[in-house]
Amino acid sequence: MSEYLLRVKDLHVEFTTRNGRVRAVRGVSLALSPGATLGIVGESGSGKSVTAYAITKLLDRAGRITGGSIEFGDSDLVSASYEEMRRLRGPAISMIFQNARGALNPIRTIGQQLVDALSAHRRLSKEKQQERVLDLLAAVMLKDPERILRSYPHQLSGGMCQRAMIALAIACEPQLLIADEPTTGLDVTTQKTVMDLVARLATERKMGVILITHDLGLAARYCQNIAVMQEGVVVETAPATQLFGSPQHPYTRRLVAASPTAHSTLDDLGVDAESDGVPSCRKTLQSPRTSAARPLLTAKDLTKDFSGFRAVDSVSFDIAPGESVGLVGESGSGKSTISRIISRLIDKSQGSVVFDGHDIGDIPASDFHGSEFRRQIQIVFQDPHESLNPRYTAFDCIAHPLRRLDRLIGKRETKRRVEECAERVEFDCALLTRFPHQLSGGQKARVGIARAIATNPRLLILDEPTAALDVSVQAVVLKLLDRLRREEGLSFFFVSHDLNVVRMLCERIIVMASGRVVEEASSLELFRAPQTAYTRELLEAIPSFDPRRMREIG
Amino acid sequence: MRAVITIAHHTARRFLASIPALLGVLVFTFLMMRVLPGDPAVFFASDPNAGPEEIEQMRKTLGLDRPLPVQMAYYFRDIATGNLGRSMTTGQPVVTDLAERLPASLELTVTALVLALSLALPLGVLAALYPGTLLDHAVRFVCSLGVCVPTFVSGLVLIYVFYVILGIAPDPTGRLGAFDAPPPGITGLLLVDFLIVGDFESWRSALSQLILPASTMALFVLAPLARMTRASMLAVLGSDFIRTAHSLGLSRRKVIITYGLRNALLPVITITGVVFSTMLGANVLVEKVFAWPGVGSYALDALLASDYAPVQGFVLLMASVFVLVNLTVDTLYGIADPRVTIE
Amino acid sequence: MSATLRHAVWVIRGNPITGVAVAGLSFLIGIALFAPWIQPYDPLASNVQMALQPPSAAHWAGTDQLGRDILSRLIAATRLDLAIAASAVAVSFVIGAVIGSISGYMGGRVDRVVGRIVDVFMAFPLFVMAMAMVAVLGNRVENIIIATAFINLPFYIRFARAEVNVRRGAGWVEAARACGDSHMQVVLLSLLPNILPAMVVQITLNLGWAILNAAGLSFLGLGVTAPTAEWGIMVAEGARFILSGQWWLVAFPGAALMFTVLCFNLVGDGLRDVLDPRMRT
Repeated sequence: MSEYLLRVKDLHVEFTTRNGRVRAVRGVSLALSPGATLGIVGESGSGKSVTAYAITKLLDRAGRITGGSIEFGDSDLVSASYEEMRRLRGPAISMIFQNARGALNPIRTIGQQLVDALSAHRRLSKEKQQERVLDLLAAVMLKDPERILRSYPHQLSGGMCQRAMIALAIACEPQLLIADEPTTGLDVTTQKTVMDLVARLATERKMGVILITHDLGLAARYCQNIAVMQEGVVVETAPATQLFGSPQHPYTRRLVAASPTAHSTLDDLGVDAESDGVPSCRKTLQSPRTSAARPLLTAKDLTKDFSGFRAVDSVSFDIAPGESVGLVGESGSGKSTISRIISRLIDKSQGSVVFDGHDIGDIPASDFHGSEFRRQIQIVFQDPHESLNPRYTAFDCIAHPLRRLDRLIGKRETKRRVEECAERVEFDCALLTRFPHQLSGGQKARVGIARAIATNPRLLILDEPTAALDVSVQAVVLKLLDRLRREEGLSFFFVSHDLNVVRMLCERIIVMASGRVVEEASSLELFRAPQTAYTRELLEAIPSFDPRRMREIG
Repeated sequence: MRAVITIAHHTARRFLASIPALLGVLVFTFLMMRVLPGDPAVFFASDPNAGPEEIEQMRKTLGLDRPLPVQMAYYFRDIATGNLGRSMTTGQPVVTDLAERLPASLELTVTALVLALSLALPLGVLAALYPGTLLDHAVRFVCSLGVCVPTFVSGLVLIYVFYVILGIAPDPTGRLGAFDAPPPGITGLLLVDFLIVGDFESWRSALSQLILPASTMALFVLAPLARMTRASMLAVLGSDFIRTAHSLGLSRRKVIITYGLRNALLPVITITGVVFSTMLGANVLVEKVFAWPGVGSYALDALLASDYAPVQGFVLLMASVFVLVNLTVDTLYGIADPRVTIE
Repeated sequence: MSATLRHAVWVIRGNPITGVAVAGLSFLIGIALFAPWIQPYDPLASNVQMALQPPSAAHWAGTDQLGRDILSRLIAATRLDLAIAASAVAVSFVIGAVIGSISGYMGGRVDRVVGRIVDVFMAFPLFVMAMAMVAVLGNRVENIIIATAFINLPFYIRFARAEVNVRRGAGWVEAARACGDSHMQVVLLSLLPNILPAMVVQITLNLGWAILNAAGLSFLGLGVTAPTAEWGIMVAEGARFILSGQWWLVAFPGAALMFTVLCFNLVGDGLRDVLDPRMRT
């Protein structure tokens, strides 16, 4: 018996695609002792998930292990047959996945699936089986196990599905659990309970855990050792405290710097211009507007009903000129509904929206595109990939509001204005002829921002503008947004689920839960002394690391 | 028990939802009858040479002098009492004609559907399990070919090959061999009736009459069924829960059948319903080619003879069959997929 | 754009059958366009002495019961059948795409009603409906087109609805509103261009179906009437002679139908590969 539970040596994985071979993993070596926890972190495309699937040999048809060895206990998994692998999966190695609801069979009850998982490896009597199944549900702390057994995945919440998934994974008491982004898509508070559960089960059952994540905070909180991957290669492996305290590899340093923490400021995000942006020829365009006494926007008693369901319940707030207000809440809190009411894409049920002294809440959303205020209130949407018309070039995307709202017709004038916008967001003018699928995530985000500021709005609504971006790109975009705000005197209404991000960009934060405002305070106050239990819970749930503290310990 | 109640509830709801559709068809046929050339009063007058007074009298008895809504009410009353009028060509009430001929059409359609499904499902599944292989390409080729040949051509080709050249198929005229006596009409389905009577000789003869038209029909619907099975099986095999099943070490059989196939069959159920009603329509062509005495050829003959009461009856019959088929499909779907009830 | 072209070349190279189908289709369209100049005989001229001749050097596809040259009739029919199918599909595409995308974009009650109506129509035996329509409207080419267009319509509405529905909630649709587009502009300028590629695939596949429908109607004696050269009628007339062994009367128009539909289907499948964004990098 070797001292390691799992030892991966010089692993290579290739994918055969229509454009030839892609080497997704290039010489990865990892080691995990029994009962230990290893985090593999990296941004999208780093090969972290491919590594995990290679270990369990669950790569899809196109993927193939082309070199290296995977020693599990005494056997080499690379040369194991399908049947040998099948017998290992479950009792020796098992996995939990991102999007647990999709990972469960939609037309089989949780109970049936648990029985399937058990009976694949063990012969048990009916009663023993039933007993085991109930034990498992108790172990993952699912209340009302009798009901859960009879439920189908669609009848359970995301968090409950992930617990059921964990129950399946531990059903045959594996020695190694691989968790592939297990909490992506879950709310922070759910995320914390799920991860705490995994950690507790691992300790109780002496399971080794490999946690695959893009979230450095998560890895820092739950892993003893962390391997950082970039483009198919492990660039650095170190104990968590050491890795965050004194990262050695330049990529790790950049990644650690770019991850927002409870104390970092935008300047801490340490992003150099060369990491993503293009040096631009921009000049100062406008001086910040002088702040007026009256608020730029006042929302009063906003209420929104969706066929019997109240999504937003009498919410009031205002935004001063040049001010940046953050709106934070978990999914279903009504924050996106509010951002759409304020941006006049949907109608409120009750209440008023006053913009610069004009009541714009009563203009129907279907007519608002013709209003003079359309150009003054603009939006940057979530997921830059989704928010660009796939058949428009970057140029067309930016020119769209100019043509519609500024009624630009002349070709030369349009070109001049579009290029000016591109420069304001440091977007390379040479890329303007490209279609969205030919641009990187960061570039698409810039186009989305350029489009929103093209008509020189006074209020910019930001709807989770960085949620779909890798941390290093997120840092760049956040800095860009902050600079635009200072230089152009914009007001921001920043909607996000990520308190750390909001804190860096906003002076004031509104916390929402189930359609109501829970707390409103200046960012400093909110973090220093949260007034409500809910805010405290939110703050505690944020998986974060503090490099300064890590440095002291390390 | 709870599940049964849910499904019953679901079925009842779907039935109620299909009532507007049925009403729509009723109104459609009513209007169609008014638009069609020809004066019903002339048809129903006792004597083709009846004078204008008699026709006027007839018009009164038929209620044709009343306003349209009143006429529609009469029409609905007639239909509710099962009075669909009389066919000019056969001289019999339309209901009697349809009842006589519906079993022939059903026997043909159901046999063809069973034949098509029993080929399409295994082929589609196999093609999905081994995508990109020779087998996959062969299935796709047969399917693309099958959907390109119109039924009236493939039927004639089958007749030419198996009757004219090889001489192994019987004379392509009707459901019964030339020397077979029809069985007592119990269900009207020959294969069933001969079995009940125990006349196996005639049973074999009826079967041999059925094989060519049923194959023609089956060939035509094989493609959409096999394609759908393949696509749906491929999609399911690529989904996350199949990966989960593998990650738990379930046996390959369990993964493919219990986790894969059962999920993949869900869209196939829906498409089978659509295919069945397409077949009811395409039946007209096959019945004409094989001189099959079904409702389709009956309606076609009536249509060509400007005899509209049978056409109306046929359309109503098709609509009712369609509602029944849809209801069956919905119920099956409700049993197979626990998610539908929440919609 | 050149990237698309390069991709198309790459797809055809990877799947040579698509290339063959494109060539076959071009061949058919060429025949249809130049039919009057390339048919060797008058398709309507009968010659009773030459009736029911098997294929020969003079009559490549033989002659029918009235001694008409089958090849010439096939060529004339290509023109008619393609024209019927193309006009029927054009009509149903334009109407269906507009109704479908508006309904899909609006959502809510209107969309549910449209969806319900479409479901009813689609599940109803459409061929029977086309038969009834032609019977009511009269045996004319226009009426075949109207009937075929009508029974195609629900497919286009449903297709456009589904395609718009998945895009309705996309960020770029909301972004277009924020950029100052009216709802109508969003549908016509943003959504329609985006669903067009998928619709083109649908159109190609549908043309084959439309041809089968039109020929089926004529086969039954509804629609195009006797002396006119049309594939369905030719098969119907030939059917009477199949039992006596004169196979060429049915075989050639049947093969023409099959070849045409096959070409449309294969080109449609090929186009889907070309346009499928998942297969592109």
